[in-house]
Amino acid sequence: MSGFALSGRMSPPMENGEVVFEAPWQSRVFGMAVALSEQGLYPWSDFQQSLIDEVAVWDQVHPADENYPYFDIFQKALTNLLVGLGHLNEAQVDALSHDLAHLPHGHDH
Amino acid sequence: MSDAKFRTQAIEQLLIEKGMLNESQIDDVVARYNERVGPLNGARLVAKAWLDESFKATLLADGSAAIEPFGFEGGQVDKLVVVENTPETHNVVVCTLCSCYPWAILGLPPKWYKDPAYRSRVVREPRAVLAEFGTQLPDGQKVSVWDSSAEIRYMVLPQLPQRWVGLGEDELIDRVTRDSMIGVEVL
Repeated sequence: MSGFALSGRMSPPMENGEVVFEAPWQSRVFGMAVALSEQGLYPWSDFQQSLIDEVAVWDQVHPADENYPYFDIFQKALTNLLVGLGHLNEAQVDALSHDLAHLPHGHDH
Repeated sequence: MSDAKFRTQAIEQLLIEKGMLNESQIDDVVARYNERVGPLNGARLVAKAWLDESFKATLLADGSAAIEPFGFEGGQVDKLVVVENTPETHNVVVCTLCSCYPWAILGLPPKWYKDPAYRSRVVREPRAVLAEFGTQLPDGQKVSVWDSSAEIRYMVLPQLPQRWVGLGEDELIDRVTRDSMIGVEVL
């Protein structure tokens, strides 16, 4: 039980028995990265490089046989890229995500 | 402990507030990748290559140019290189750096594609890794491992199985699997 409702538009693509998105937020972060690149905010290769850099950071501090959490790293790569380009402020992201994580039940939308 | 979930929500909210994105643009991308992009695009290329020698020649000579008329969406394939399996050589694709993958052709990468075990072992001992996928290669068949990067994405053109000779394009498209186009499966 994942705790996430994966149905309708959010239903994960199943290919050879594999779920590609494990939670809705994973598709959102993926969608943002592609949409911003398609709008010309950055070339896709810049995002790729940011992702490669983040995987390298993760690999340095984890055992070689440990899987990296793909969309967690993906999220970091997008944040770094947008902060680097001056479109996001890391402290603002920290503060807002902290608030979102601590919304009382019933106000989570 | 999904901090990433709340950070993703925060980023989305901030970008929307700044007017850089709206929700439906994100919805559109997700829907496109869920529904229209996926291994199906790759399967269409493979089926066409099997049936049309001149398309196959073009696909192998310059993958990016060959797929242009298909109008596959998603700008993630900058340079596509298609490598052909033959009785002499079996090809398999990996990304040792992270998980570079021809998304516009094959959809989103499978989970195991980003496993450190797959990323490192398939280079060192491809036959053993393929055997774990249930793929036994004939003795004497050479294995070529192709390491994807941000610049070059690889796709495998599987061999047409004898039992499928005579099938039409749509029937072939249905039978081509994602794993065969990564090279971990033989059809």
